[in-house]
Amino acid sequence: MKHSTFFWFVLPSAVLMLLFIALPIVSVVTQSMYAAHEQVVVTVENCGPFGCTETTAVDQEATQALKEAEPLGRYVGTGIYTDRNHLALNEVTAAWFNADGLPDFGSSLMNLPFYRALAFTLTYTFIVTPLTIIVGFFIALAVNTVAGWLKGPTIFLSLLPMVVTPIVGGLILFWMVDARGVLGGALQWLANDPTLSVKASTGLTWIMLMIYGVWHSAPFAFVVYYAGLQTVNQDTIEAALIDGASRWERIRYVVIPHLFPLTTFVALIQLMDNFRVFEPLVSFQAQAHAQSLSYFIFNDLGGETRLLSSAAATSVLTIIGVAILLSPVLIRTYRDFTPRT
Amino acid sequence: MNMMKTALLGTAMAVLSGTSALAAGHGCDVTDGRINIIGNEFPAIQSVAAAALACANGIEAESNLTADHQTLNVAGMTGNPAEYTSAIIANSSIVALINEDVIRPLDDLVAAYGQDIPARQLITIDGQVMAVAFMANAQHLVYRKDVLEQIGMDVPTSYEEVLAAAEKIRAEGIMENPVGGAYAAGWNLAEEFVNMYLGTGGAFFEPGTANVSINNAQGVEALEMMKALTAYMNPDYLTHDSNATSAEWEAGNVALMNMWGSRTGVLMDEEGAAMEVYSNTVAGGPLTVGDSGVAASTLWWDGWTVAKNISDAEAEATFQALAHATSPALLNDETMSQAVWLMDGFQAQPVNEGVLATVAAGANPYPMLPFMGLLHSALGDNLADYLQGNESAEQALADVEAAYTAAAKEQGYLQ
Repeated sequence: MKHSTFFWFVLPSAVLMLLFIALPIVSVVTQSMYAAHEQVVVTVENCGPFGCTETTAVDQEATQALKEAEPLGRYVGTGIYTDRNHLALNEVTAAWFNADGLPDFGSSLMNLPFYRALAFTLTYTFIVTPLTIIVGFFIALAVNTVAGWLKGPTIFLSLLPMVVTPIVGGLILFWMVDARGVLGGALQWLANDPTLSVKASTGLTWIMLMIYGVWHSAPFAFVVYYAGLQTVNQDTIEAALIDGASRWERIRYVVIPHLFPLTTFVALIQLMDNFRVFEPLVSFQAQAHAQSLSYFIFNDLGGETRLLSSAAATSVLTIIGVAILLSPVLIRTYRDFTPRT
Repeated sequence: MNMMKTALLGTAMAVLSGTSALAAGHGCDVTDGRINIIGNEFPAIQSVAAAALACANGIEAESNLTADHQTLNVAGMTGNPAEYTSAIIANSSIVALINEDVIRPLDDLVAAYGQDIPARQLITIDGQVMAVAFMANAQHLVYRKDVLEQIGMDVPTSYEEVLAAAEKIRAEGIMENPVGGAYAAGWNLAEEFVNMYLGTGGAFFEPGTANVSINNAQGVEALEMMKALTAYMNPDYLTHDSNATSAEWEAGNVALMNMWGSRTGVLMDEEGAAMEVYSNTVAGGPLTVGDSGVAASTLWWDGWTVAKNISDAEAEATFQALAHATSPALLNDETMSQAVWLMDGFQAQPVNEGVLATVAAGANPYPMLPFMGLLHSALGDNLADYLQGNESAEQALADVEAAYTAAAKEQGYLQ
C-alpha cells in the first residue's frame, strides 16, 4: 500500500480515537494534578426562619480573582494520588512500621478506602471472570444440542439477563434476597436460621454480588461461544467419533482448542468490565460491605460538594488498573500475531 | 434566635385561633422571560412548582423535579445562559450553589416584586438575600400509640426511653425489631449521626476554622447510642433509606422511629398500610440523648433561589412566579398538610406536630458551612464499619476525620 493511501485510510479512525479516547484521558490526567484554589473564607451572619447564626462562607470576589489568575486551580502534582483517600502512601508506610506482624498490617491496609475497594474489585474480577466463561461455555454447548425449532426461544431466554438493564436486574435480585423476599426466605429455610440476612452480612453480600455478576455477563460469553460452535469443523468431530471418542473427549480435544482464541477475547472484555464493577453496588445498596473504584468516582461526583480532582485521580488509577490486568492477555495476543522467524 | 423560632410557632398558633385571614393573593401573570425549576421530588415541592408554572402566560416554563436534583443543579446552572433559572434547595444544598457562585442575590427583586414576603422567609447571608424559604422540616419521633398502650409506657422523650420501650416490646413478643431509622450507609447514616452528635452537645469544627473535631467523648457517646438502637432494628438497617424505613413502618413491623416531618403525611394516610397501623401512627417530639438537654435533631428549611447566569427578564419572571407560588395563595385543603409552610395563613395539621415541636424545642439548624458537605460524605462512608462491629468507635471517628481532612485539603479549605 502506498503511504498516502494508508494515511487517508487510517486518518478518520485516528482522528476519532484522538478526539474520543486520547483527549479525554489527557483532560482527566490534567484535572487530577490540580486541586481547588485555597478558599478565602469569611465570617458572615446567616439569618433564616430559625434565627441568625454566625457562620462562614466563601468570599466570592476574592475567589473570582484567584480563579482568573489560575483557571485550572492549584497545581499539586501527585498530591491527590498520594493522599489518604487514594494511594495513602504516608498511612501505608506508617502502618508498615507500626504493624505487629503481617495480619495487623493487612487490617490497617483494609481500613484505607482505596485498598479496601481494590480488595473487593480484584476478588470480584478474578472470581466472576472465569465463572462467566465456564457458565457461558456450558450454556452454549447446551443450546447447541437443543432441537432446531426450540433454538430461537432458548437463545432469547438465555440472553435475557444481558437485556435487562443492570441497575434494574440488580434491584430485582435485591428485593428477592430480602429477609422477607422469596430467595431470602428460601435461604432462611434451608439454613434453618430465621435471622439469616444476606444484606446484613459482608460475606453473603459479596457472594450475592458475584452471583449477580455471573448471571448478568454469562449471556455475553454464551453468544460468543455459540457463534464459535457453528464453525467447529464437523469432519474432525466425525473423525473423533469414529475413533471412539466420548462426548466429553470430543469437547475436550476438538471443541475447546477450536474456541480458545475466543476465550482470550471474552476474558479481555470481562476483565475490563468486572474491574469497573459499579451498578450492582448501587442497586444492592452494598456500600457498607463492598466498594469499588468506580463507586468512589460516583460518590465524589454525587456529593453535595463535588470532588472533581479526586474523581479524576481515581479515574486515572482505574485506567492504570485495567492496563495492568489486561497486560498478560495483550502480551499473549501480541506474541500470537508476531510471525516467528 | 429563639425569638425567631417562637415567632414561627406563634404564626401557626395565631392562625389556628383564627386571627389571620387567608390573603387574597396578588396577581400572577408572567408574560416575559423564561422559567425552568429544578428541585427534589415530594408533594410540597410538586405543589410549589406546579403553582409557579401556572403563572407562565405564553412563555417557556418547565420544571425538573427529581431525587437526583443535587447532582444536576450545579451543572445545570454553571453554563451561561444557565439551563435552570431556579433551584429549589434545602439549607444543606444551598451551600454548594453559593460555593460555586451560581445563584444571584435577590435584594433588588425582593424590593421590586417581593414586598409581601415576610422577613422570616428570607434567607440572608452576610446581609444579602440569597433564597426564599417556604417550608420547615425536621426529624422527630414517630410512634405507634396502640403498641405503647399495650406495653403500658409513656411516649419516649429520649433515646434512652426508646431503648427501654423497644426492649419491652420485644420481650412481650409484639414485634421482633420495633425500632426503625434511615440508617442506610451514605447520606442517611451521616444525617443520623449529625442529629445524634448535636444531641450530645458536640460541635463539628474547632470554632472559626475548618478543622474537624468529632473524635471526642460526645462522638463516642453518639455512636454508642446509634449502635444500641441498631440492636432493635431490622438486621438490614444499613440498606434502609427513608423510603425503605417508611415501608417497614407501613408494613407494621416498627413501632418507634426517628423520621422526617415531610414524610409523616404518607405514614398517616390510608394508603399503603393497614388501618391498625395508620390510625395509630402519631408524630411525637424530638428525642434527646444523654443529659445535654439539646434535641438530637436538626432543623431544615426548603426554599428557592434564582440563577446568576440568566438575563434579568428571566430572573424577574422566575422570581415573580415563585414568589406567587410560595405566597398564602398556595394554601388550600389539599396543600395545607403537605408541609410546615412558612407563609402566613398556614394552619398546623396533626402530621406537622413533630416538626413544630422540634422547632419549639430549640433544635439546631443543620450547619450551613461551606465544608459541611465534605464532612457529611466522610461520615456516610466511614461509620458503617463501627456499627457492623469491625472497629472501635474511636477508630471510626478517626477515619472520618482523616477522610474529611484529605478532601478538605483538596478543596482548599485546609492547608
